[in-house]
Amino acid sequence: MNDKVISLLCGVIFGLGLVVSGMTNPSKVIGFLSITHNWDASLIFVMGGAILIFAPFFYFLKNREASALGFEIELPSKQEVDRRLVIGSALFGVGWGLVGLCPGPSISALTSPGISGLAVFDPIVIIFLLSMAIGIVVNKNLLQKTIQNKKLNV
Amino acid sequence: MNNFTPISALAGGIMIGLSVVLYFYTTGRLAGVSGIVENAITKKANRLSNIFFLLGLVLGPLLYGITKEPIAIAFTLPDHSFAITDSYPLIIIGGLLVGLGTRLGGGCTSGHGICGIGRLSSSSIIATVVFVGVGMLTVTILQQSGIYL
Repeated sequence: MNDKVISLLCGVIFGLGLVVSGMTNPSKVIGFLSITHNWDASLIFVMGGAILIFAPFFYFLKNREASALGFEIELPSKQEVDRRLVIGSALFGVGWGLVGLCPGPSISALTSPGISGLAVFDPIVIIFLLSMAIGIVVNKNLLQKTIQNKKLNV
Repeated sequence: MNNFTPISALAGGIMIGLSVVLYFYTTGRLAGVSGIVENAITKKANRLSNIFFLLGLVLGPLLYGITKEPIAIAFTLPDHSFAITDSYPLIIIGGLLVGLGTRLGGGCTSGHGICGIGRLSSSSIIATVVFVGVGMLTVTILQQSGIYL
């Protein structure tokens, strides 16, 4: 099997997991973030379940020469806890709290049947995805370049 | 906690975990969705593979729709008491912040929250604490000011 078929399969399993867990439903996510009122701890079980599966496999798979399909193992270089990480994560937190969607669920919410209170291809989700794409491009093409230039000038 | 659904949450979480394992085992890459979206938009390398993963995210829920009856009995989602905002300015601001913030911070709920914590990366643990904490603060402020229930 080639990597495109596998990627599609992985996306399908991931998307199914998001729907089964209720994470494509913004109200489930808002319920988790609503710590002071009617708190819904479900999200911890979603993340926890995924981490429990991934962590042991990662431990044994991380030092391979190449992946099963012969690709290079791509791991992020040890990331510093810098202003970028903290400010970026904080901005993400604000957006997440405002709408109750993060990148994965926002894509799967396009086709989540009924349970999210959203229609299939709901304009709310489409507008959110377009805004998210603009945010990603603005970071990549403006923000990161500006940061890079500043560093060079120092 | 009348909306708490630990069994379906854990079942879905395990599926997500299996997807992340299979992706890393076969492609050697970590399945952080915000990174996959960025690469699909801005990078030529592996573009098709990235697009296929995102396509899978759209197809997965449809598959759930088809098999819904048997699964729905096992994992009935209860009614929810919170509603997504229908304010377009809020949706647009939220989307921009999620896109910009996740990439500036180097990951989202999957990249930092699942892959990063699974790798025991201290920076991912800190990033996750920050976005969950700020998300909780945001929702609380919105509730206090009457924008959310």
